[in-house]
Amino acid sequence: MREETVKADNHYFRPFTPFNIVAGIIVVIGLLLTVLRFTRGLASVTNLSDYTPWGIWIGFDLLVGVALAAGGFVTSAAVYIFGLKKYHSAVRPAILTGFLGYALVVLALHYDVGRPWRLPYPFFVQQGTTSLLFEVGACVALYLTVLFIEFSPAAMEWLGLKRARNLVVRLTLLLTIFGVVLSTLHQSSLGALFLIAPSKVHPLWYSAYLPVYFFVSSIIAGLSMVIFESSLSHRYFKDKMDPEHLADKDNVALGFGKAAALTLAGYFTIKVIGIAADNNWHYLATGYGAWYLVELLGFVALPCFLYAVGVRDKNLTLIKWTAVLTIVGIIINRFNVSMIAFNYHLPAGERYFPSWMEIGISIFIVTIGLLVFRFIVTRMPIFCAHPEYKNTH
Amino acid sequence: MDATIYTLQDYMLRTESIIYILIVATLIGLTGFWLFLSGRDED
Repeated sequence: MREETVKADNHYFRPFTPFNIVAGIIVVIGLLLTVLRFTRGLASVTNLSDYTPWGIWIGFDLLVGVALAAGGFVTSAAVYIFGLKKYHSAVRPAILTGFLGYALVVLALHYDVGRPWRLPYPFFVQQGTTSLLFEVGACVALYLTVLFIEFSPAAMEWLGLKRARNLVVRLTLLLTIFGVVLSTLHQSSLGALFLIAPSKVHPLWYSAYLPVYFFVSSIIAGLSMVIFESSLSHRYFKDKMDPEHLADKDNVALGFGKAAALTLAGYFTIKVIGIAADNNWHYLATGYGAWYLVELLGFVALPCFLYAVGVRDKNLTLIKWTAVLTIVGIIINRFNVSMIAFNYHLPAGERYFPSWMEIGISIFIVTIGLLVFRFIVTRMPIFCAHPEYKNTH
Repeated sequence: MDATIYTLQDYMLRTESIIYILIVATLIGLTGFWLFLSGRDED
C-alpha cells in the first residue's frame, strides 16, 4: 500500500497541468485578497452595508456550503441507520465532501465576521442560548467535530494507526446518529434565521415553514451532491478506485436519484402548500412571482421529473445532469432567500451586489476545497478499501 | 383569490380550504408519482 501510495503521489505531482495553473492563480489572488481583508477590514473588499450585512460569503459560502455538505449525514444515515449497505462505497467520499464543506464554511466565516477571533465567545464567554445563531454555531462546531471523527479512520489507515482506527470505527453508529440529529437542527435553523426578518424577505420566500424548506432541500442537495461528486470522481480518480467502488457506481446514482426524485416531489408539495397557507397566490403575477416560478418549476419540479425519468429508464447521464441542475437550484434558492428576495423593497441603488473581491474569496475557498479533496483522495483509502482492513467496514 | 378578506375567520377558512384540496391532490399525485418512479423496478 505504501508503495502504491508513493506511486500515486508521483503520478499526481505534475505542477503545470491546466488545473494546477488555474488553481495556482486563484490561490495567489485569494491570498492577496485575504491579506487585504484582514489588514484593511471588510469595507475594503466587500459591498456589505448596514442594509445588507450578510452578503455572498453567507449566501454562498455558508448557506450553500452547508446544504451541499449534507451528503455526509444523508449517506451515512442511509447506510448505517436504514441498513442500505449497497451504498456503502459512497460513505467515505460523502463524509469527506461533508467534512471539507463544513471546514470551508468555518473558514469562510472567519472572513465574514468582523472580529473572527471572537468566534469562540458564544461557547466560552457569553452563551446566547435563546439565539438561533448560537444554536447554528453550536451545531456546526459539533457536527464539524463529528465529521472529523467520522473521516479520521481513513487518515488513520493511511498513517498506520491501527488501534485508534479500530476504536473510532466502533463509534460509527453513534456518530451517525449524532450527525443526523445535529444536521436536522442546524440545517433547519439556517432557514429559521430569516424568520426574524418578515418585512425584509419577499413574501413568496418568507414563510413560517422556512426551517422545514431548508432542511428538506438540504437532503435534496446532499443526495444530488453525492451523485455529482461520484460522477466527477469516477472520471478523474478512476485509477484510485477498487472494483467495489467501480461496480457500485450505477447503484449509487440510481438509488440516490430515486430518493432525490421523491424528496423533490415532497419539497414541491410543501412549497405550494406554503403559498396557500400565506395566501400569496397574487404575488405570482408579479416580477418576483415570475422568478419564484422559475425556481419552483425550473429547479424543483423539472429535476424531480428528470430524476424520475432517469431512474425509470436507468439513464445515468440524465441523472448526473439532473444532479447538476438540482445543485444550481439549491444555489439559486439560498441566493434568493439571503440576497435576491432580501431587502426587495429597497431602491435599486441601495441593493447589494457582491464586489469582485467577495466573489474572488468565494472562488478561492472552493478551490482550496478541491485541492484538499484531491490531496486526500490520492493518498488515503477513500475510493478503495485499505488492504489491511478489507471487509472490516 | 383576490377577493378582500375582512376577518381572520374568512382568512383561515379560505387558506385551510385550499390546503385541504391540495393535500388530497398531493396524496393522489404522490401515489401516481411513486407508481411512475418504480414502474420498471426489477424486484
